[in-house]
Amino acid sequence: MSITCELSNLTSKKAKESSFDKKWLKKPLLFLVLCGSVVVIVLVMFSRLGRIQKEETGSCNGEAKVLYRHQNVTRSEIHDLVSLFSDSDQVLSFECRKESRLGMWGNYDITCSLSMLSEKQETGGVPWNLNPSGLEHSVSSTSRMCNNLEQNLQQPEKLEEEYYEEGLDQGLSSYLRNAWWCLILGVLVCHKIYVSHSKAPTESKERVHMQEPLAQKKQQQRAQTSSRGAGKWRKNILLLGILGGVSFSVWWFWDTNEEIIMKRRETLANMCDERARVLQDQFNVSLNHVHALSILVSTFHHGKSPSAIDQKTFEEYTERTNFERPLTSGVAYALKVPHSEREKFEKEHGWSIKKMETEDQTVVQDCVPENFDPAPIQDEYAPVIFAQETVSHIVSVDMMSGEEDRENILRARASGKGVLTSPFKLLKSNHLGVVLTFAVYDTSLAPDATEEQRIDATIGYLGASYDMPSLVEKLLHQLASKQTIAVDVYDTTNASGLIKMYGSEIGDISEQHISSLDFGDPSRNHEMHCRFKHKLPIPWTAITPSILVLVITFLVGYIFNEALNRIATVEDDCQKMRELKARAEAADVAKSQFLATVSHEIRTPMNGVLGMLKLLMDTDLDAKQLDYAQTAHGSGKDLTSLINEVLDQAKIESGRLELENVPFDMRFILDNVSSLLSGKANEKGIELAVYVSSQVPDVVVGDPSRFRQIITNLVGNSIKFTQERGHIFISVHLADEVREPLNIEDAVLKQRLALGCSESGETVSGFPAVNACGSWKNFKTFYSTENHNSDKIKLLVTVEDTGVGIPVDAQGRIFTPFMQADSSTSRTYGGTGIGLSISKRLVELMQGEMGFVSEPGTGSTFSFTGVFGKAETSSSVTKLERFDLAIQDFKGLRALVIDNRNIRAEVTSYHLQRLGISADIVSSLRLACTSVSKLDNLAMVLIDKDAWNKKDFAALDKLLTFSKITFTRVPKIILLATSATLTERSEMKSSGLIDEVVIKPLRMSVLICCFQETLVNGKKRQPNRKRRNLGHLLREKQILVVDDNLVNRRVAEGALKKYGAIVTCVESGKAALEMLKPPHNFEACFMDLQMPEMDGFEATRRVRDLEWEINKKIASGEASAELLCKSSSWHVPILAMTADVIQATHEECMKCGMDGYVSKPFEEEVLYTAVARFFEPC
Amino acid sequence: MDTLIAQLQRQFRDYTISLYHQGFLDDQFTELKKLQDECSPDFVAEVVTLFFEDCEKLISNMARALDQTGNVDFKLVGSSVHQLKGSSSSVGAKRVKGLCVTLKECCDSQNFEGCVRCLQQVDIEYKTLKAKLQDLFNLEQQIVQAGGRIPQVDI
Repeated sequence: MSITCELSNLTSKKAKESSFDKKWLKKPLLFLVLCGSVVVIVLVMFSRLGRIQKEETGSCNGEAKVLYRHQNVTRSEIHDLVSLFSDSDQVLSFECRKESRLGMWGNYDITCSLSMLSEKQETGGVPWNLNPSGLEHSVSSTSRMCNNLEQNLQQPEKLEEEYYEEGLDQGLSSYLRNAWWCLILGVLVCHKIYVSHSKAPTESKERVHMQEPLAQKKQQQRAQTSSRGAGKWRKNILLLGILGGVSFSVWWFWDTNEEIIMKRRETLANMCDERARVLQDQFNVSLNHVHALSILVSTFHHGKSPSAIDQKTFEEYTERTNFERPLTSGVAYALKVPHSEREKFEKEHGWSIKKMETEDQTVVQDCVPENFDPAPIQDEYAPVIFAQETVSHIVSVDMMSGEEDRENILRARASGKGVLTSPFKLLKSNHLGVVLTFAVYDTSLAPDATEEQRIDATIGYLGASYDMPSLVEKLLHQLASKQTIAVDVYDTTNASGLIKMYGSEIGDISEQHISSLDFGDPSRNHEMHCRFKHKLPIPWTAITPSILVLVITFLVGYIFNEALNRIATVEDDCQKMRELKARAEAADVAKSQFLATVSHEIRTPMNGVLGMLKLLMDTDLDAKQLDYAQTAHGSGKDLTSLINEVLDQAKIESGRLELENVPFDMRFILDNVSSLLSGKANEKGIELAVYVSSQVPDVVVGDPSRFRQIITNLVGNSIKFTQERGHIFISVHLADEVREPLNIEDAVLKQRLALGCSESGETVSGFPAVNACGSWKNFKTFYSTENHNSDKIKLLVTVEDTGVGIPVDAQGRIFTPFMQADSSTSRTYGGTGIGLSISKRLVELMQGEMGFVSEPGTGSTFSFTGVFGKAETSSSVTKLERFDLAIQDFKGLRALVIDNRNIRAEVTSYHLQRLGISADIVSSLRLACTSVSKLDNLAMVLIDKDAWNKKDFAALDKLLTFSKITFTRVPKIILLATSATLTERSEMKSSGLIDEVVIKPLRMSVLICCFQETLVNGKKRQPNRKRRNLGHLLREKQILVVDDNLVNRRVAEGALKKYGAIVTCVESGKAALEMLKPPHNFEACFMDLQMPEMDGFEATRRVRDLEWEINKKIASGEASAELLCKSSSWHVPILAMTADVIQATHEECMKCGMDGYVSKPFEEEVLYTAVARFFEPC
Repeated sequence: MDTLIAQLQRQFRDYTISLYHQGFLDDQFTELKKLQDECSPDFVAEVVTLFFEDCEKLISNMARALDQTGNVDFKLVGSSVHQLKGSSSSVGAKRVKGLCVTLKECCDSQNFEGCVRCLQQVDIEYKTLKAKLQDLFNLEQQIVQAGGRIPQVDI
């Protein structure tokens, strides 16, 4: 119970906590409180109920006991009497009906026995018509009866004791059970609190996390202080709870102890009363018997003539009925003899009346009646005529002569009832005793007879002496728990001087119970004092549970304390972690800021360095100086690219890199890459070839810059690791093409897959290469066709080289950042080894895989897949537009490709096909001679340098020249060379044999240039692009500059004006929006990002929205004529002007629809590259 | 006459170089100078004047904002400082720009005293720069008046 109390304490405490902490805890707490109070109430009720029940059973038992006793006593008494009379054949009928106030059954039983007896008498034969119990009762011997009596008496007592103990046990165990339940509950609650507390900080943490750092700090501090306050508050509550628990346990102990003492007192009273009652009852029974005896004497001695009783009969009868009076030591009958009849009496009996010697009472041995003196002359005498054997010595003794007896006799005959003497030492036995005297009257007196009438009617006295100690002892002996109780019996007739009739000194005097005794003599008062023999034992029943409660209180307190401490530590830890997290985040932010800053800070000077070096290289330098400058320039470029790579890596690692999704022409990108790297490849004499399968769509949707980055990286690596021979071959196929090797239609792919397997396989340069299919055989998703979306295509890109290959032991780690095949690689070839790792991650971002196969000494093939979107056919790619015209020119032309390597010829024909030129392939000049005649309208002959042969060519040339009839014009002869110096080229051209030399790698722009020069000779030529500069790009262009800063605006204006642009300036995003509302004639817009009111992002977004709407109208034909513009739709290029070059800003620029960005302040190079995309010269 | 011009030209060159070396100006000023040509002969002067006007306005703005003890509008100060930073970097006023960066940091951390201190420094710095550039322009003018050509100064 104390636990539940404690619990409710705690829960209330929690409720308080929760009120300022969290509300969700309230409901369960309320429930717990309810549970606790219910448990308390139930427990209290049970304990009370148990007590009442116990009391009831106790009283019941007492009554039953009394009942038993009465029944047995009466029964045996009657039985004995009847047996005596039936033996002596003096009694024919006997009526005895005992009035029983205790219960009908007892009454019935007795009646039954008696009737049986009378039946037996009458028939004198075998008993019949009686129940077995009755029989048993009637024939059982006296001793058996006594045993029964004792047993019956003791049984309930024992029962009671057992019950009591059992009840106690039950009570204790239920307490224990409750206590354990409470403990478990407490632990659960504890756990719950802990959990809730550990959960709460995380919630708050999350909340905190959302806030600004400053506010965060503040809130943290606040949270800290509040949590500390809460901790203190909790501690106080816990202390209160423990105090409550302790006081409850003390109260419980006190209460239980009180209860025990009360119960003890009650028990004592009960037992005492019971003893008194038993004694009284016994005494009364005895008294009744003596009374009966007196009536017997009166009836048979005085009523009969001659007397039916003589000394012998009396002696025998009294001896035999002595068990009925277990309390009397003896009975005697004295006759009332007046002095006038003394002589006659003496004569009659033959002895003289003797005087009772008071002093003789102490000397038992001398108690011989003959020694007594004759009684002195008195008015009347009461000589004993009959006496029980035990007291036969008093026969002939005059009872009137004893002081006590005389008084007794006088009172007895006056009252007609049994009277008692005060206790005195009995003759012979020397015990304290009392004498009971009954008067015997000669005639039956009326109940309302006067005293004189009684005195007159008196004919004798029947006396019985009671030996009090033995009487009480015998009685008490029959009762249970006699060991625990000490009994004193006092005669309290004289209030001032109590006479102790029985008793001992032992026992605890402090608590005793006094019960009054009524022995049937109203003039005498007796009392019984009962007390426990032993002192109150240590009340374990009170101590154990309260100690248990105490222990549990402390335990729970300890648990809660621990929990609170834990909460405190967890909160502290959480706080610390939060701080650490904030610091870590700050460090992370600092890191990215650092990277951005450093990249910016390094890039800016690096641009300076590179620009200056470029300028320097343009000046008049000698070879050595030029070399140095070139080296410096190259290193600078490497450094810049490294910085970019590191930035990329960092971004990919933090998962911040997002791929663009724009439509782009893959072939164009590949052309770009090949032209970019052609310089290096040509330097090394490596043949670079690009092939895109015809099944790959022209335009795909993806991230062109990242795609380019991967290709560039792979090709760059290949170039790096390929020495002076062989080729690098980039090919793009659909993954579907490769998946089914048996149905390959693509000639190039077929040959490559056959590589190493059969004779038909060959490579671009003729140098052996590894079979590419090994590089994609480990791709997991390659062969699965599950994401076979109609709008997605999977491309397989392979880059094959004939380089040194990757050592087998290093093949496992080449995708690890900064891990090259071996440490010597970086010394030999340079590079950091970060490129492949970035490429792989980029490929993974494209939902693809990257793999490679490599054979040291033969070469490597890297391949990767990537998922791209299919572009809608309507979306046009602007880059192609400028070639459109040229392509129109070439469409339908025929070409002959002479190449001894089939695969290379296929690559060439692929490039020709892009221009709309159909190509036939022959493997040698000689074969060409035979086939050329069959070809109509041949526009050009492309001869690979490997197939070049002056002798054979002469034949072909002759054939071509002289067959003018078949050709409308002489086909142009174009030589394809991997590398050729300027002098070689001019030599060849001047020889007149060939019209043009094209340096591989083949790419669209180069081919177009070449063909235009040769085929459309004399027509207007393309302006030399190299001489283009900003002036040309920006001249006469309408440009809008948006910046809120006047100075910046002026500077930008100045810079742009310098390049010939017509600049308009506005100072806010809103104004810009107004200006850019179609129709307008601005061709570009430079927009500051940070502006008040409407920043650059917002302004751009709005402009784009406007344009989108107008475009929609145009598309649907709603737009008025003035809205129509030169191109099909409105899209003014917007370039952001920003001071920082953090990539995130860049990405955001792109996201909101900007086309690029230039760093502020303008630098010529940056401006050029940014603007060039939009202002290709027309 | 020629000697005077030569002297002035040398003086101009030295002065310019000292301005760069002492960190008053940076490359952007050079770029600015490059933008000045026949079409816009007073481009630099115009821009610089604009800049100083801008400076004055912004500084007074900030001073006013910082004057309100109790509830300083750091946001206002921040945006002003941002503008000032942008202009100073456009002009190439290196020191002012550096101070602006510091002031921005102070402003971000709501460091009132730092802001005030920085602002004072900015004030001093821009006035110094103004004086110096005034001297420079004066020199230029003298050269032009003397009939000389303004020399190209490579840093």
